[in-house]
Amino acid sequence: MADVYVGREEEFEDRGRKVIAQGDLEIGVFFVDGEFFAYENKCVHQGGPICQGRILNRVVELLGEDKTSQGLTWSDEDVHIVCPWHGYEFNIKTGVHPGYKNARLRKFDVKVLDGEVHVII
Amino acid sequence: MDSGVEQTRELLNQITINTDTRDILAHETKFRIENGFDDWTIVDVDAHHSEMSSWREVVEYLDDPILKHYAQEFQSRTGGAPGLSNATPGLRYQDAGGRIPHQQKLAEDVDDKSVHRDVTLMRRSLDAMGLDFQVLFPGNLLQLGTHPQPRVEAQLALAYNRWVCERILPADDRVKTLLYLPISEPDTCLKIIKEFGENPNVMGFMITAIRYKPVHHNQYIPIYKELEERGLPLAFHAGLTWGDDWMKQLDLFISMHSVSFVLCNIVHMTNWIVHGMQERFPKLPVIWIESGLAWLAFLMQRLDSEYMMRPSEAPLLKKLPSEYMADMYYTCQPIETANMGLTEETFKAVKAETQLLYASDWPHWDFNPPSTIYNLPFLDEQAKRNILGENAVRLFNLDIKK
Repeated sequence: MADVYVGREEEFEDRGRKVIAQGDLEIGVFFVDGEFFAYENKCVHQGGPICQGRILNRVVELLGEDKTSQGLTWSDEDVHIVCPWHGYEFNIKTGVHPGYKNARLRKFDVKVLDGEVHVII
Repeated sequence: MDSGVEQTRELLNQITINTDTRDILAHETKFRIENGFDDWTIVDVDAHHSEMSSWREVVEYLDDPILKHYAQEFQSRTGGAPGLSNATPGLRYQDAGGRIPHQQKLAEDVDDKSVHRDVTLMRRSLDAMGLDFQVLFPGNLLQLGTHPQPRVEAQLALAYNRWVCERILPADDRVKTLLYLPISEPDTCLKIIKEFGENPNVMGFMITAIRYKPVHHNQYIPIYKELEERGLPLAFHAGLTWGDDWMKQLDLFISMHSVSFVLCNIVHMTNWIVHGMQERFPKLPVIWIESGLAWLAFLMQRLDSEYMMRPSEAPLLKKLPSEYMADMYYTCQPIETANMGLTEETFKAVKAETQLLYASDWPHWDFNPPSTIYNLPFLDEQAKRNILGENAVRLFNLDIKK
């Protein structure tokens, strides 16, 4: 176990991130809704640089009470990271694919000490 | 403060359309070196460039002065696809709303002015994925088979072929092609085969699979005969369409793409098999490109079952449809691996060790880097080597220097 310094807390805007490498290990650290989340920068699909993709809210479909479709919109809650290689999407807070629970990113703990952000590897 | 043993490095936060191809594919480069297959022969039998970015150059190669005039004048218009092409708006969905930047645009900096920009972009993908050869195809022109003006299809095919053979392919020995045949005009196809058949960068010829004319029709027989006599392979390159009556019911790109890219080759393969084309041209190598692999086991089972009951409708056949199918070649992309057991059975059915050809489809949204094949759990090393490169070396008689 080792602490890896990522940056100062104030360097992260809401929905901001830093992607770092230590040796062969690449890690993306995200700041969303006041919390930090960290994942290996490796998509479970084909090894793409998942943490360097776009951050977009989850797309949801609205259904009426009668089950008719009322169209698509952005989720107010769920924020996704999208793999730039092929489009695999994962919830930034859980690291899990929205439709296939076995597809999940390798997660790392993050700790903040005296304004410094560290990941535990 | 860093309590780790190695210094941390900051990487690019986000990959965009401006990111260098080598940075986009850096994980593949690293994986190849770490796993020790960076010295393997790898041949990519399907990659693309965006010929529409060079459309002003391409149309200058049109023979027909009136069509050339129209093509030049169309460029003054605002919006829409470049004149004379029949590119469909549906293609714009491929980048999943900007989620997959390399499909959206390769807008990276290119300083080398000594070669066409496309050559530099291809070199970067060749180097990043460790490829020895790459077979290049156009992008939007793969839609040309549904052009409402057959003469325009033929003239554009001829112009593109001349342009790519003159401006792109000679710049790098690693870049090859299977040239477009506009089979709506068989005479033009024969002219193209004669003009380019001995070009060292032309490995064979290609028919775009999105078209609505049966590929066994007698008018096309001279094309196949000419190719067989020259020992040049024929490929069917799949594509998409939102224009036929079945696809019009599929109102999302995911649905249309999943079916359309396979349905076209299912139709052509069925005609090719049932009409005995493999018996008529037994020495013509045939390659089926970009329909993935999952369809093959289905079609083998289906055609075998029906043929056993109705042999009188396919009297040219001397063996089962699946046996003819296993004699042909297939590119692997986009490989379906959600159910690895089914993938393994499909590999067995098509005799993948000798018949399967690696293809990246770079820079398209569903591309497969070479590691996709390397990582398959059921292949031994020789099978991986065959699929990644050695099958293609044999098929195309490629000169491997290493």
